[in-house]
Amino acid sequence: MYVYDEFDRAFLAERTAEFRDQVGRRLSGALSEDEFKPLRLMNGVYLQLHAYMLRIAIPYGTLSATQLRRMAHVARRYDRGYGHFTTRQNIQFNWISLQDLPDAMASLAEVGVHGIQTSGNCIRNVTTDQWAGATPEECDDPRIWAEILRQYSTLHPEFTYLPRKFKIAITAADKDRAAVKVHDVGLRLHRNEAGELGFEVLVGGGLGRTPFVGKSIRKFLPARHLLSYIEAIMRVYNQFGRRDNIYKARIKILVHEIGAETFAAAVEKEWEAIRDGALHLSDEIIADIRARFLYPAYETLADQPAELTEALKDPAFATWHRNSVTTHKQPGYAIVTVSLKPVGAPPGDATADQMEVVADLAERYGFNEIRVGHEQNLCLPNIAQKDLPALWRALEAAGLATPNVNLVNDIIACPGLDYCALANARAIPVAQEIAKRFADLEKARGVGRLHINISGCINACGHHHVGHIGILGVEKNGQEFYQITLGGRADEHAQLGTLLGPAVSYEQVPGLIEDVVDTYMELRSGPQELFVDTVARLGIEPFKERVYAAH
Amino acid sequence: MAAPQQQKLKVHGPVAVTANRLTDGVVVWRTPDHGWSVDLNDAAVVTTAPEAIALLAAAQQSDIEAVGAYVAPVLLDDGHVLPGNLRERIRVAGPTFELPR
Repeated sequence: MYVYDEFDRAFLAERTAEFRDQVGRRLSGALSEDEFKPLRLMNGVYLQLHAYMLRIAIPYGTLSATQLRRMAHVARRYDRGYGHFTTRQNIQFNWISLQDLPDAMASLAEVGVHGIQTSGNCIRNVTTDQWAGATPEECDDPRIWAEILRQYSTLHPEFTYLPRKFKIAITAADKDRAAVKVHDVGLRLHRNEAGELGFEVLVGGGLGRTPFVGKSIRKFLPARHLLSYIEAIMRVYNQFGRRDNIYKARIKILVHEIGAETFAAAVEKEWEAIRDGALHLSDEIIADIRARFLYPAYETLADQPAELTEALKDPAFATWHRNSVTTHKQPGYAIVTVSLKPVGAPPGDATADQMEVVADLAERYGFNEIRVGHEQNLCLPNIAQKDLPALWRALEAAGLATPNVNLVNDIIACPGLDYCALANARAIPVAQEIAKRFADLEKARGVGRLHINISGCINACGHHHVGHIGILGVEKNGQEFYQITLGGRADEHAQLGTLLGPAVSYEQVPGLIEDVVDTYMELRSGPQELFVDTVARLGIEPFKERVYAAH
Repeated sequence: MAAPQQQKLKVHGPVAVTANRLTDGVVVWRTPDHGWSVDLNDAAVVTTAPEAIALLAAAQQSDIEAVGAYVAPVLLDDGHVLPGNLRERIRVAGPTFELPR
């Protein structure tokens, strides 16, 4: 965990007091809605279909037990007893009243969390691998660099009024769990042949109305130049990015229109002028940030302890263990993914009770630490293997041990038309119905890894373009229809899905998805060939023929 | 020549003006006596573009009670006013699935 200091606490307290005053002036009529709206958005407050929504950032997906417990308190005290974890390592409370928002924010600020820069045309929450600091696959803890970016970008005056919102993601592992290729800037931390730490810099990725996979503009940027290079990118974007058309204002459009090479040349030129200036990261600064991350005091333990071996005789535990437990860098420990996808439940939602259970378990077994992944699941990154059986029993009792991580019913879905003022169609009920079709988890396991992503509008908060199966809700003559894409992926081989064919009705979607999956099961070369690989090998035609013949 | 908002607003059937209550975001409907109600049956229902524009303009005179006013389709059924499309049905009745408990 990163340890905040007095500066952070004082800043958040001041910001909360400022917002309380702004709310008071709005309620009294001293501020009009036009005056108030940009102020509330800068604090993560949206007005949705039925209520205000508060979006809280979870920097690089890391939460303490205390912070999660406080979120449970806010959910129970000020909302309707639950929260929704998003695809960008945020949590959203969907029912908070404007009158209660200052108190809710003050409560959250006491534990160091806030909604600043979770909305608006600024640099948003910097996201990274939910297994950071725990996985043996990484070359360094990417959260160090995310924290440096967080400090740099928070309230940065030059980047508070960008042409559009700006999202940065970092991975430090070859297997990309942060979807860096579909962010405005994606950073791939790695070591060069000399063993030095640096970033491959990708720019211009993104989903939404005009999706693109990011382009690599620099293969290796020495880590100490991270801030100056990001600043050079931001300046080029700020100078040349379009402000006349909201749909063409993201950096991806600029990179696409002028070309990655031209964009890179402009960045390099800007960077040459500032690279050794105030933004140069000295070893001392990096060491200082690094020192503020407190790592668990791991015990010296052996892998596969007797408690675990014995527990694995229980088929239910063994199934969960195979699905939800991952190798840790430290012998005797494990990374546990906590599924927030019980079959038939809204994806990514957790009740206040469930949040408290996870917080309690993190305290008891996991060095107080919880993570949030972009797949809308939680993670306990530091669990002793000997404690896994007890942890599983507690998770199971709270409905948090569905062994469906990465399976067909581990569906990513945006809030859709059930909450969102921008949406054209529902997403959550579609996810629920599909999940029910695969409620037999034995069947789902037989299908293997398959990511379904659902968005309720073209803004693509459900990342449908990069779902193995992507589902996009559209509206036609007042009715909900859904476009299906196949073959997208968000990992290190990121690519956009291909449209399967004409949109189908709300009622047709679950059956169509079953047909797509059945077709895959018939056509795959064997159980080792994942759905997305079968689509890559055969293209969409065999799926199209089968599906549209049936519907 | 019609004003810009009149050119854009097309009314095909009964409509009402809706917004969100400032204090808590709850869905409200413009009433005939220039107030707001949480009950759609209290809404002022009109059937022409000029009427709808006038109703909306009056609603937008003040944003101290309600915000984001717009014209929404409604249905008239045996003396009751019902939401006219899925979006408005969800705004009136809430999400279409059981909320987490």
